[in-house]
Amino acid sequence: MIRDQGLASKIWRFAVWAVAVLFVLNLIGVIAAVIVNSFATRWLGTWLPVGLTTKWYFSAWKEFQLSSVVLVTFEVVFTVVIISGLLGVTTAYALARRDFPGKRIVVLLFLLPLLIPPLTYGIPLATVLYQLGLGGSFWGVVLINLVPSLPFVVLVMIPFVEQIDPRIEAAARVFGAGTGSLFLRILLPLLLPGMLAALLLVLVRTIAMFELTFLIAGPTSQTLVVSLYYAVFASGVRAGQSIDAMAVVYMVTTLFWLILALQFVNPSQIVARAKQQPTT
Amino acid sequence: MSTASLRTRLAVRGFDGTTLLVLPGLAVMLGLFIYPFFYGLADSLMPKEGAWYANYAAFFSDPFQYRTIAATLWLALPVTIVNLAFAVPIAFRVRLMTRQRLLTTILVLPITLGTVFVADGLLTFLGPQGWFNRTLLLVGLLDGPVKLTNNYWGVFASLVITGFPFAFLLTLSYVTGIDPAIEQAAATLGASPRQRFMKVFLPLLVPGLAVTFCLAFVQAFAVFPSAVLLGAPAGPTRVISIAAYQAAFEQYDHSLGSAIAMIMGAVELIVVLIVLGGRSLFYRGPTGGTKG
Repeated sequence: MIRDQGLASKIWRFAVWAVAVLFVLNLIGVIAAVIVNSFATRWLGTWLPVGLTTKWYFSAWKEFQLSSVVLVTFEVVFTVVIISGLLGVTTAYALARRDFPGKRIVVLLFLLPLLIPPLTYGIPLATVLYQLGLGGSFWGVVLINLVPSLPFVVLVMIPFVEQIDPRIEAAARVFGAGTGSLFLRILLPLLLPGMLAALLLVLVRTIAMFELTFLIAGPTSQTLVVSLYYAVFASGVRAGQSIDAMAVVYMVTTLFWLILALQFVNPSQIVARAKQQPTT
Repeated sequence: MSTASLRTRLAVRGFDGTTLLVLPGLAVMLGLFIYPFFYGLADSLMPKEGAWYANYAAFFSDPFQYRTIAATLWLALPVTIVNLAFAVPIAFRVRLMTRQRLLTTILVLPITLGTVFVADGLLTFLGPQGWFNRTLLLVGLLDGPVKLTNNYWGVFASLVITGFPFAFLLTLSYVTGIDPAIEQAAATLGASPRQRFMKVFLPLLVPGLAVTFCLAFVQAFAVFPSAVLLGAPAGPTRVISIAAYQAAFEQYDHSLGSAIAMIMGAVELIVVLIVLGGRSLFYRGPTGGTKG
């Protein structure tokens, strides 16, 4: 490693670290502001609130009907994870193992939803779903969320499948394994870490997916993040602390799965999916 | 020649039972992505009234509508450039750190929490009585609180909070992919830090930075919840996604809504193509320092 000892280098190094530290401080400030406010009795014009209380959590839980919203959120998210997991892993397996004419177009098709703003494909898709009578329904929310999550699973899984030596499968075949036992006893155990990582990441992303869910969700199919948006949008109707209490509930739900996901993946993998694209 | 030979011929070209596993996933994408896209395109060309191009004509003749393109670019381009400009030097410093995990974990928080949560937090944090203003007043940088919410700067801040970590983590993964031996070789040959960056690292990084720019730009360009919650959605931060949403779901004109969605996709695509086209002017090759 090279260290330059000149004065200009030192000033530059200090400035870069100062900017980084400032950013992290502001970031922590934003998150802490929500948490502190959710416990505040009154917080006006002072550094810290006058007193602390937990009553906003109870009122938020009742006012925003959080028990049903949280339940719906998990139903939606787990359905999306299971469907995109099943379809994504099989698709990724085929794409990783076979070269066929038109493969590049298929891969491009799975890349596009990650490169196009969600509203661009979300509005036409929501229109179609409304005309099919799925608007506001549970399955409408699930279907619209599959569009970004299925390609995500496929693109994360392709490298995982590629690193499994095909000769292992061939050896299992030679020893007489059928397709079923080949999958259950050879592929599944080898793919499990990759699948867990991919599915946990999809889970976190689906909990936080606002735009698409917002377009199609009805009163009974809202997820937490959509309810939070409506609450902030109509702030002034309810106490700010109550809204922030809901935001903390949302944060805890997301972070629980994020921390679980970070046991299997590196934080930069959450964004660095672009490196895994097999084309170009 | 029976079916067996057809099967063999197909297998040689890569079509067999395993290839068919692609079909369920492909069917979902065709049904939920490709079909709606063409449906939306056709829908946008069949306006409620008027000629086939009436929606597009309506959009481009109404300043309230066509100015959303400029408003969106005026937010998304500066934010992306700022995020990238800060991401590169910080990534260069962090690359030398041995324990990056804590920092990357903190930075991944705003990405996973999403813009709605960040907008909610910023409303308190940047508000007239928030910690940001109070700190600046305490330090003496300000005489009175500055208004940072419900205007352009609120949305800008939210895009920095979520966009900078995104750009940073992507840049970091590119920067760490460059072999340190290349820098050592340049230093041995007497290149100053500035020269090493400008002549050695930057050319190697340009392709990665172009991709990072595009992905960060796509996110900033699609800004929606924070433009409503933190911005002035009727004024300077009326971005194109708000226009599309309002047309489709507030005026119930899905034809116009689809048209604006198509315009949004087209504008974004133009910027991405310009950036990726410019990339080809630079060096493309291996970033490893090994032989062969």
